[in-house]
Amino acid sequence: MEILLIIVSAIFVNNIVLAQFLGICPYLGVSNKLSTATGMSAAVCFVITLATLVTYLLNKYLLLPFGLEFLQTIAFILVIAALVQMVEIVLKKVSPSLYQALGIFLPLITTNCAVLGVAINVVTKEFTFGLPSHMLGLGEAVLYAFATSLGYGLAMVLFAGLREHLALSDVPKAFRGVPIALITVGILAMAFMGFSGIA
Amino acid sequence: MSKFQLITKGLVKDNPTFVLLLGMCPTLATTTSAVNGLSMGLATLFVLVLSNMAISAIAPVVPDKVHIPVYIVVIATFVTILQLLMQAYTPDIYVTLGLFIPLIVVNCIVLGRAEAFACKNSVVDSALDGLGVGIGFTVSLTVIGLVREILGSGSAFGWKFLSGDGMLAFVMAPGAFLVLGYLMVLFNKFIAKK
Repeated sequence: MEILLIIVSAIFVNNIVLAQFLGICPYLGVSNKLSTATGMSAAVCFVITLATLVTYLLNKYLLLPFGLEFLQTIAFILVIAALVQMVEIVLKKVSPSLYQALGIFLPLITTNCAVLGVAINVVTKEFTFGLPSHMLGLGEAVLYAFATSLGYGLAMVLFAGLREHLALSDVPKAFRGVPIALITVGILAMAFMGFSGIA
Repeated sequence: MSKFQLITKGLVKDNPTFVLLLGMCPTLATTTSAVNGLSMGLATLFVLVLSNMAISAIAPVVPDKVHIPVYIVVIATFVTILQLLMQAYTPDIYVTLGLFIPLIVVNCIVLGRAEAFACKNSVVDSALDGLGVGIGFTVSLTVIGLVREILGSGSAFGWKFLSGDGMLAFVMAPGAFLVLGYLMVLFNKFIAKK
């Protein structure tokens, strides 16, 4: 039951883009086409889950025992940058086709604030998920990160589908491009607000 | 470009929010009221000016291959300093802005100015550039925050002029996107005439 709550809450209720405002830049940047949106979501999903696992362990076994919590920001961003680089090298060797498909999106993930945001959130915030407020354990943290990135993918793919239609419609000049996209996201966010009644 | 232009270009011509579309996450997330937007803008301004100065000072000796990681570490250092200062002196604002203070590290405005300006210009010019872009960002955030606060809770800078609640949706997530979208339309229509 708790697992289900984590998943529903991370994907729908606290959707990372539409409720938490993380990772907006790539969200607006690469959602022009459905195919690139799917590629980016897959890459983000992979990196968020892995980065959360590594930074969680780093925080628990290195930073906390030595009282170095104030180094969290610096340590985490370095870990994420190194991790993205490593994923790039491994993918290039193991699965060149996937590497080709993800292309430029992979290095860009370092500066996607969704990755750092989730990594910091799981080690500093208390969550409930139907239980008394508590810090997440390792399993929960990784599950939460994975579900959050699925939510990112969902928001991304939905929006890309809408944008493909938007590109064909006759939009007033001042609204063209980003403004109409933002207003569309606003309406999408309003629809997602309906999910908060579930939690 | 004169020193004066360096400071004023962030307001209209190179406005980071409405023209360059950088730093969207804090723009949307922290503008629930004018004061919150203002504080987030000032926090970013602090990091921008200091990191621009430091990076323009060390840029000549940083090897080209590792320049991005070096810049990120410099920026992360100033963000950590900011975090500690805010925890000590303005704990309320620190709690309100929460996650978005450490996330200044990955704000593309800061790294963008380091790459595009600070690494090729003098320390003084880089400081002014950081100040200019920071002011542009702060003004945009304050305006967005003010509009959302007026519509969403019927007050301005904490001063309440409507009794009862406003349109709550404007303080929540959808309002952020809608207000930014419509402000961008107005900006395109009236200010950024070409």
